[in-house]
Amino acid sequence: MRRRSSRLAFALLFVVVAARADDSEQTGLGSKPTAEELGAAGYTVFPDGKGLPEGRGTVSEGKAVYQQFCAACHGRNAEGDEAAALVGGRGSLTSERPRKTVESYWPYATTLWDYVRRSMPYESPGSLTNDEIYAVVAHLLNLMGLVGDEDVLDRESLPKIEMPNRDGFVPDDRPDTD
Amino acid sequence: MTTGKRGSQRPSRRAFIGLAGAAAAGSLHPAARAQTADAIRDLGETPSDYGRPSPFEDSKRWSRAPDATASSSNTPLADLEGIVTPSGLHFERHHTGVPAIDPDTHRLTIHGLVERPLVFTMDDLVRMPSASRFHFIECSGNSAREWSPAGAPNVQMSHGLASCSEWTGVLLADLLDEVGLKAEASWIVAEGADAGLMSRSVPLERALDDVMIAYGQNGEAVRPEQGYPLRLLVPGCEGSISVKWLRRIEVAHMPSMARDETSKYTDLLPDGKARQFTLVMDAKSVITRPSGEQKLDGPGFVEIRGLAWSGRGTISRVEVSTDGGDSWVDAEIEGPRYAKAFTRFRSPWRWDGGRHVLMSRATDDTGYVQPTLAALLETRGRSTIYHNNRIKAWEVHESGEVTNAEA
Ligand code: HEC
Repeated sequence: MRRRSSRLAFALLFVVVAARADDSEQTGLGSKPTAEELGAAGYTVFPDGKGLPEGRGTVSEGKAVYQQFCAACHGRNAEGDEAAALVGGRGSLTSERPRKTVESYWPYATTLWDYVRRSMPYESPGSLTNDEIYAVVAHLLNLMGLVGDEDVLDRESLPKIEMPNRDGFVPDDRPDTD
Repeated sequence: MTTGKRGSQRPSRRAFIGLAGAAAAGSLHPAARAQTADAIRDLGETPSDYGRPSPFEDSKRWSRAPDATASSSNTPLADLEGIVTPSGLHFERHHTGVPAIDPDTHRLTIHGLVERPLVFTMDDLVRMPSASRFHFIECSGNSAREWSPAGAPNVQMSHGLASCSEWTGVLLADLLDEVGLKAEASWIVAEGADAGLMSRSVPLERALDDVMIAYGQNGEAVRPEQGYPLRLLVPGCEGSISVKWLRRIEVAHMPSMARDETSKYTDLLPDGKARQFTLVMDAKSVITRPSGEQKLDGPGFVEIRGLAWSGRGTISRVEVSTDGGDSWVDAEIEGPRYAKAFTRFRSPWRWDGGRHVLMSRATDDTGYVQPTLAALLETRGRSTIYHNNRIKAWEVHESGEVTNAEA
């Protein structure tokens, strides 16, 4: 039933796309955004770098950003305090007490950029500039040994960084108990 | 029933589910008779603009950390009848608090790999063809305490991150039809208007299936804690993917690998690999009466009641055991049996006053059978946090007290 309705939806879509000129299926509701409106609506950053904006940041700039805006909750060296540790834990995922951090667990560096832009600092999200986000991400990746002291992060270099747990994820293969 | 007081944490009159109910039906308790007489003499309340539960009722959500912004609250499942969770008792889980959104200024933007990006007002969405469906939402962290053998002491704590509502809204397939998908489209990324811009990716095949953009819940507007004025609803899937306060959908060529689909809501296995996009909530059931912290007030007839649900379809069978799983009987599935919705089961029992371990076991229409904790631990190891759908056991003691039990 579910399958059938999704196939139907696919089929329907195809028909509608093909017959766009005089489509009676569509309501025509909703309005066309201007380019500015669309730009202001927001964006998503993808693992291949799509969505990453212009801007750049260095490790040393990032250290200053980190100390000012992040250290109070995540610890001076991102080792964790009131909020989670962001570094460490490599090699612990098969142990009895796995330590899941950005360093040990996250598959993509772009996710760090995307999440910091959306949600951090926790109490004032959206307050960092794109340069500051590139910088603080560079600092954190430097603490993990994934970025050199003199490296600069931007939309070209960030997606190329290979996180340690890049291949650590597998698709859902449940049910797994029968 | 003489009084209707229902405490979700402490045993209450309603929780005494032995012979008291039957006795009360025949002859009123003197106190209740006096109260009834007063009520007959005195004029009652005038109409009100928004009705509230009787002052004798005190069902409440429970929160582990009520003062924290990134927090949750649990539904008092033991207090519920039927399959609908009252909207004010629907569980909450939010990462950055509940935003206050004016529906007149709220917009849903759909863009990305589409022919025509579009912006919808709430009025636009309400004008679209609508659908109403009963669906549960369950946080995949529900029952996280149940990885230990005895688990949580009451059903609100053990299973209360699950609730069921009638949701009304627009099918996402209809909206995607309005914008027109490009050939490379394979995922959608949904984004909320909360302080953390919560974001999750949904495979396009599922998005075109039964996913809904909901503005209605149980006959009224979606509650603020549930995403007012608009939420994504991905039926049968872990709650966090049903992004609340929905403001933007980007049609994409791949998942965004958002923090809440990588760092969180993934399932670490013994070999160090983690399952990802484990969206479906597997079949599960729990006895809500008698359940932990309730008390039977004497031997005799007891109706064992509970809830079952499956993210893969309908519940086809629920079995109940009163002897710790040595023997099972089929419970009656009574009332509506909708796909991906709470389903109510009942089973008559005559309590002999002895010690009994009560359990329920659900089977869904794919043939999947709810597993034991041991079976889950054997395949998933001990590092998994989410997706615990083990069989839950309650122990009825000779005193009539009910506690959590090791299954
Ligand atoms: C006021 C305290 C606070 C500050 C300041 C703060 N954070 Fe956070 N951070 C949190 C909390 C709380 C969470 C968890 C939020 C949740 O679970 O939704 C978090 C989560 C994170 C995570 C995700 C961790 C994981 O394993 O999933 C990252 C990465 C992060 N913060 C980075 C930063 C950066 C970078 C800064 C500075 C720009 C920062 N944070 C500033 C409190 C803070």
